[in-house]
Amino acid sequence: MSKRSVVLDVEVRARAPWSHVVAAGQTLRIIDVGGNQAVDCIVHDAADTVERYSAPDTIAAQGNIYLVPGTTLLSNEGRPMMTVTGSAVARHDTIGGACSKESNALRYGFHTVAQHACVENFVHELGRHGMGKRDIQSNINWFMNVPVEPDGTLGIVDGISAPGLWVDVRAERDVLVVISNCPQINNPCNGFDPTPVRLVVTA
Amino acid sequence: MNSHLSPPGTTATPLGAREHARSMAGTVVEAMPTMPASSASDLPAGVGPASVVWDEVVAPGGYAAAALPRGARLRLTDVRGDACAGLLLHRADRPSERLNVADTVKVQWQAYLGPGSLLLSDMGRVLASIVQDTSARHDTFCGTSTRRANERRYGDGAPDGPCPNGRDHFGVALAKFGLTRRDIAPNVNLFKGAPVAADGTVAFDGDPVPGTWVELRCELPLLVTVVNVPHPVDPRPAYTVTSLRLTAWRDEPAGADDPVRTATPEATRAYLATEQEAAR
Repeated sequence: MSKRSVVLDVEVRARAPWSHVVAAGQTLRIIDVGGNQAVDCIVHDAADTVERYSAPDTIAAQGNIYLVPGTTLLSNEGRPMMTVTGSAVARHDTIGGACSKESNALRYGFHTVAQHACVENFVHELGRHGMGKRDIQSNINWFMNVPVEPDGTLGIVDGISAPGLWVDVRAERDVLVVISNCPQINNPCNGFDPTPVRLVVTA
Repeated sequence: MNSHLSPPGTTATPLGAREHARSMAGTVVEAMPTMPASSASDLPAGVGPASVVWDEVVAPGGYAAAALPRGARLRLTDVRGDACAGLLLHRADRPSERLNVADTVKVQWQAYLGPGSLLLSDMGRVLASIVQDTSARHDTFCGTSTRRANERRYGDGAPDGPCPNGRDHFGVALAKFGLTRRDIAPNVNLFKGAPVAADGTVAFDGDPVPGTWVELRCELPLLVTVVNVPHPVDPRPAYTVTSLRLTAWRDEPAGADDPVRTATPEATRAYLATEQEAAR
């Protein structure tokens, strides 16, 4: 990345949403500043937001549930949106979904309803772009670890990231990237301590 | 339909065309709805014909949709062994609430659907429960096909062509209920499995098993949309899919002591949330 020019370099505080149009050819680097911070992410075609990142299309096309260097993030029309061009972490999740007040209530108890959640961030941030809850379909969880055992048991477990580790994703067309810096405190996806992340866009 | 080609001239006038059109009445094909549904045969044991609200055989490569009331049961039958039922659920009375596959597997700590599984909404409620399941070979990760994927795999993927794709079918089916392509959430697939290995690799578990069935219980009023198209990771080079039968009848939602509701603390909370919603 040394020869590329930095077009954006921001820190997203813990628990906060963020969005930005990453132009075709630009690379977004997401840096896990504090270590094991889940970064929930959805991607829309900037010109036609009905076309958006699809976890099932991505999984079916590559025949694997994990996002790794070389993974092409496909849209719900089966077209490339972004490519994972590098990662200091072995794999990232796309089956675990985004935490919500409603799912937290089922997973942990109704006492968690007052807590902030990724779906709150997504709905809020999508609203700035004329979209809403219906536009949340499937998402990526950068730096999150969700193994599936042979009998199908799955869960969000202790992370495999560490402070300063990163992932690079290159836009294959102009894409609106929406992030929720996950506020979850009931499972290990953020080490029970949400921290800031740094986002760097290079061209 | 070659059988309805008429001799030259017989449809040259409105009355001739009417005669020709009416002569088709009574035609029976495999993939069609039973009308009225209460005249359906081969009903599940104990189901009274008068309670049946939907009976339809979905064509290979076809789709079907219907709104069903809370409590209704829906039996999906893989008639000839190569059906693949891509299933989407929306709340009929508030369609912005819909099946959330990620929450379904995450809340239940389980990737594979089977007897007793819940299909959860993105609002923390139970849309449907699987009350019976003789297949237990289902997929929650791979979604359905797209036109582009089918063009790559089969050479064609258009809805009007020989290898229709699931996504376009969902779009048209939902449009008939006033929804749009924005409302196509990730679906589950019934009757074809996609087991995940330790390294994350997805396999295909789909040898034909004729006659298996899954029975869903609607725990809220639902818009049920089903596409019957080949599974996205089905490796067979030919577009391979066979008929799917859907039969629904009126019944009751899960009772207070139903095993699906008392099985886990997550299920118990999900039913609390669902019943609170149904009651107001």
